[in-house]
Amino acid sequence: MRHIISLLMENESGALSRVAGLFSARGYNIESLTVAPTEDATLSRMTIVTRGSDDVIEQITKQLNKLVDVVKVQDLSDGSHIERELMLVKVRASGDLREEMKRMADIFRGRIIDVSDKTYTVELTGPGSKLDAFLQAIDPAAILETVRTGASGIGRGDRIMKI
Amino acid sequence: MADMELTGAEIVCSCLRDEGVKHVFGYPGGAVLNIYDEIYKQTAFEHILVRHEQAAVHAADAYARCTGQVGVAIVTSGPGATNAVTGIATAYMDSIPMVVISGQVPTAAIGQDAFQEVDTVGITRPCVKHNFLVKDVRDLASTIKKAFYIAATGRPGPVLVDVPKDITQHSCVYEYPKSVSMRSYNPTSKGHAGQIKKAAQMLLEAKRPMIYTGGGVVLGNAAPQVTELVRLLGYPATSTLMGLGGYPAPDPLFLGMLGMHGTIEANMAMQHCDVLLAVGARFDDRVIGNPKHFAKEARRIIHIDVDPSSISKRVRVDVPIVGEVAQVVDEMLKQIKASKEKPDQTALKAWWTQIELWRAQDCMKYDRESGKIKPQYVIEKLYEVTGGQAYVTSDVGQHQMWAAQYYPFDQPRRWINSGGLGTMGFGLPAAMGVQMAFPDAAVACITGEGSIQMNIQELSTCKEWKLPIKVILLNNGYLGMVRQWQEFFYEERYAESYMTSLPDFVKLAEAYGHVGIQVEKPEDVEPALRDAFGKYKDRLVFINFLTDPRENVFPMIPAGKGLSEMILV
Ligand SMILES: Cc1cc2nc3c(=O)[nH]c(=O)nc-3n(C[C@H](O)[C@H](O)[C@H](O)COP(=O)(O)OP(=O)(O)OC[C@H]3O[C@@H](n4cnc5c(N)ncnc54)[C@H](O)[C@@H]3O)c2cc1C
Ligand SMILES: Cc1ncc(C[n+]2csc(CCOP(=O)(O)OP(=O)(O)O)c2C)c(N)n1
Ligand SMILES: [Mg+2]
Repeated sequence: MRHIISLLMENESGALSRVAGLFSARGYNIESLTVAPTEDATLSRMTIVTRGSDDVIEQITKQLNKLVDVVKVQDLSDGSHIERELMLVKVRASGDLREEMKRMADIFRGRIIDVSDKTYTVELTGPGSKLDAFLQAIDPAAILETVRTGASGIGRGDRIMKI
Repeated sequence: MADMELTGAEIVCSCLRDEGVKHVFGYPGGAVLNIYDEIYKQTAFEHILVRHEQAAVHAADAYARCTGQVGVAIVTSGPGATNAVTGIATAYMDSIPMVVISGQVPTAAIGQDAFQEVDTVGITRPCVKHNFLVKDVRDLASTIKKAFYIAATGRPGPVLVDVPKDITQHSCVYEYPKSVSMRSYNPTSKGHAGQIKKAAQMLLEAKRPMIYTGGGVVLGNAAPQVTELVRLLGYPATSTLMGLGGYPAPDPLFLGMLGMHGTIEANMAMQHCDVLLAVGARFDDRVIGNPKHFAKEARRIIHIDVDPSSISKRVRVDVPIVGEVAQVVDEMLKQIKASKEKPDQTALKAWWTQIELWRAQDCMKYDRESGKIKPQYVIEKLYEVTGGQAYVTSDVGQHQMWAAQYYPFDQPRRWINSGGLGTMGFGLPAAMGVQMAFPDAAVACITGEGSIQMNIQELSTCKEWKLPIKVILLNNGYLGMVRQWQEFFYEERYAESYMTSLPDFVKLAEAYGHVGIQVEKPEDVEPALRDAFGKYKDRLVFINFLTDPRENVFPMIPAGKGLSEMILV
């Protein structure tokens, strides 16, 4: 099962390597990992997307909690939550493609944020599946470069993770 | 005094003093020269100079195991730190509270491939409970305070503090924090009352109960509570290698050690019980063997552990209780005493009858008539000669298992060995740590000719400190534990497990200034031991027992097999 785990940890140097090291040392898989400081600069917020059986996920949350720098761990998949990922895609945009790419970006509510004679750079946010769908919808030969942030997640409504 | 500034090096020593540290094991080098200069000037603690950093860490580790206090080691940057890694990993695997202070190259040189630079925090990260790189002298005292706090609380473990050389020169006002509070670290100590109640109920309902204790009972100073619980209920008890002494082994309720080299009665009772209480034990692969085989029999499991990640890791449990053993078992005792229910004596009697049948197979028997020195016999004699009161450290191999099987410990913190990492070379430095903590105690290091050579240089440290350790070398001329596996599972192809060109251990001991004795006949075993603990009481005595090279450790559960699939003598 795919799980999306949020954690708050002390914004110390090496904090990221403790989490990454834990995953590799124990053979857990990481699909994506995002991290940045929160409004409180002493804390970092991390979102980890991983896969595993219930037993493995239970161990992952326990092991994360055990890290001395980790303040809080929440498995967002336990309740309703929102996920968003940002993708920047550079696509071929010459000739017929120029109009086509504009149209596709609009359909997916993307924005063209950089333009050259032959290319567009499209910014797209949404759940990972939407970003995948965009890439599938356009001609693969037109994709010049993609960069994705990995998912960031937050609980819905009153579900708040704070210390 | 209030706002007098101290250098980082002075602060390190002041912190250790204020933490109440009495002994520090270490080895100097460039990055820690300032610290050593302050060590030279202070009198609060003694520094024991070892001959290899690995030994400093093992000694500090054993010091912690036998006293319950946090052990302390100091090493220099680069090779000092890398030499320490095996010791740190050893302590980590057995959850031993320890603080290691390592020197580091000056802050400005970090990342420059400077002389004797390694990323110590990076290298040790997977084998410490936590580690720190100090970047500002003003953080030094609070970091060391945190290190001691983290090492000793919750599930204990080693904590490393990496101190760059310039930090030891910088100065600031020194104040040792009285307490620590960390929003990210709050180990649970009190068990959940509802869960404890449920557990007490389940225990009282058991028809075929079993109590399985581990290192957590020793680490959590909970031997009295656990002993009371076992006796109150009259239930059978077993212990892991790490928990030995947590329950008095000579007691009839004790079935001996369980696991790969455990007794028939302990392993069979573990497999066939209907309610299992696991206390401070982590269902290690050397303990339950194949988890699928273990799961074949239905049983309900109660698990007390301070570390939630130890619970339901390898075996699903029914009643998890996160907390300190001592507190939880105290509470459990109250509940059981207050309960109107009593254990079902008829069922219990039938269960004990079954257990006695297993016990009657006498799985610890060995050939007493062979005319050769049997290693088991040496341990039995050691037990007799020391009245069962020695601190026994061990190396890793067959001798370790025989020590665990034939020296019935009746107190915690007397049996000092590397279980989780299984580090050959642990025994002698560990004995140094114990003897430093208890100068008047009888300390025996049980070792093999393979293991002892991994830290034999420490005989020199022992000479310097006049440590009257008794080295009990069970010399079988083989890497015996390896040879045993090769005999059983590799059709007797003894690849690289035979030790030729062994030194003359008697002369070697003498060369280091100690007493060396060679024992070649069974009848000389006891007199040699009596001399060691009598005539040469105040000397380090190194006894080279030439034991039967073909002797094996029984029972044995082959890797991947289940608890009831033991190979017997
Ligand atoms: C050659 C060799 C052979 C071996 N054969 C065997 C064998 O036959 N049988 C055997 O048992 N072992 C054997 N071992 C040792 C084995 O590898 C493990 O080290 C050992 O079984 C683990 O013991 P434990 O479960 O008690 O856990 P430990 O490693 O001692 O862990 C202690 C547990 O208690 C918890 N804890 C700590 N403090 C507290 C507290 N205050 N309150 C509550 N919980 C606490 C910890 O979180 C942890 O889960 C062998 C080792 C070697 C090298
Ligand atoms: C540092 C290290 N290297 C290798 C091993 C693997 N190993 C486990 S037991 C053993 C043999 C130990 O031989 P010896 O010390 O003579 O003890 P014996 O088994 O003969 O009693 C070896 C090589 C280990 N545990 N530790
Ligand atoms: Mg040997």
